[in-house]
Amino acid sequence: MVVAEQKPLEEILEMIKPYDRLILAGCKGCVAVCAAGGEKEVRFLASAIRTARKVEGKEVEIKEVTLERQCDPEYVEQLRTFIGDYQAVLSIACGVGVQFLAEHYPQIPALPGVNTTFVGGAEKQGVWVERCQCCGNCVLHLTGGICPITRCSKSLLNGPCGGSSGGKCEIDPEVPCGWQLIIDRLKELGELERRYLEILPPKDWSSSRDGGPRKVIREDLVK
Amino acid sequence: MHLIKAFEEGMDGVYVAGCLEGECHFLVGNLQAKKRVQYVREVLKSIGINPERLRMYNLSAAMGGRFAEIAREMTEHIRQLGPNPVKTGRGREV
Repeated sequence: MVVAEQKPLEEILEMIKPYDRLILAGCKGCVAVCAAGGEKEVRFLASAIRTARKVEGKEVEIKEVTLERQCDPEYVEQLRTFIGDYQAVLSIACGVGVQFLAEHYPQIPALPGVNTTFVGGAEKQGVWVERCQCCGNCVLHLTGGICPITRCSKSLLNGPCGGSSGGKCEIDPEVPCGWQLIIDRLKELGELERRYLEILPPKDWSSSRDGGPRKVIREDLVK
Repeated sequence: MHLIKAFEEGMDGVYVAGCLEGECHFLVGNLQAKKRVQYVREVLKSIGINPERLRMYNLSAAMGGRFAEIAREMTEHIRQLGPNPVKTGRGREV
């Protein structure tokens, strides 16, 4: 999932200062799962904003909505009937949601209420970890199912480097060395000889961010 | 959610009564509640309300005397802090 975390309240309050009629839009997708922008967070944040305004002796009208997903036009369209009654929309979906709202409703500002952090999963309740950098050319079959692009701090395709010590990365003693994890896993799989001794060639990064904004087209699905 | 809503609606103070630590029927429910109360205290601070208006106490269902004592203590504490700034609208108190 896309993992996000709420921006500091002070930053949100500053961002919405000029407006007194707002839509607060959550998303039932990834950000609901990582407890940053689902229905519950919409209710809590709306209450916190109203309280902050009352403390200043001011009022704010907040329309609370949580869309099925903010990354699909049919759901984003659901704001159309009332968007004209508000001055801005504060989205607590990921950056995709904020941008889709901005594209669909150019007449009012779309503001981000969360920082979109990474693509990852829940290690345990309340702890999310990065697992994919969306490089666009997956090599997990060569590296024991552990991503060298994400788990190695240098994204090395042939590791470990000299900064690996006792199975940890030099950037932080708490961070496991991605390549140590790969080696250990390949050993377990009995693939060390076959995989590790094979030198991986330089990666073609044009499928990643180096190629500019990316697009996926499935002709069979296009209408 | 209920805590922030209480302050939005003008309550001067709120206290949460949890089981004694280590004696929760839901094992660690009271410890999780403690963390959530702490989170809401941080939020209150961010929006200009004195976090001291929200407290958590731990006591068992058999401690009626202590419950009354806490209620009196909390009432006195909140009286000293004065009304919730939501009602006065005079700006942040912290």
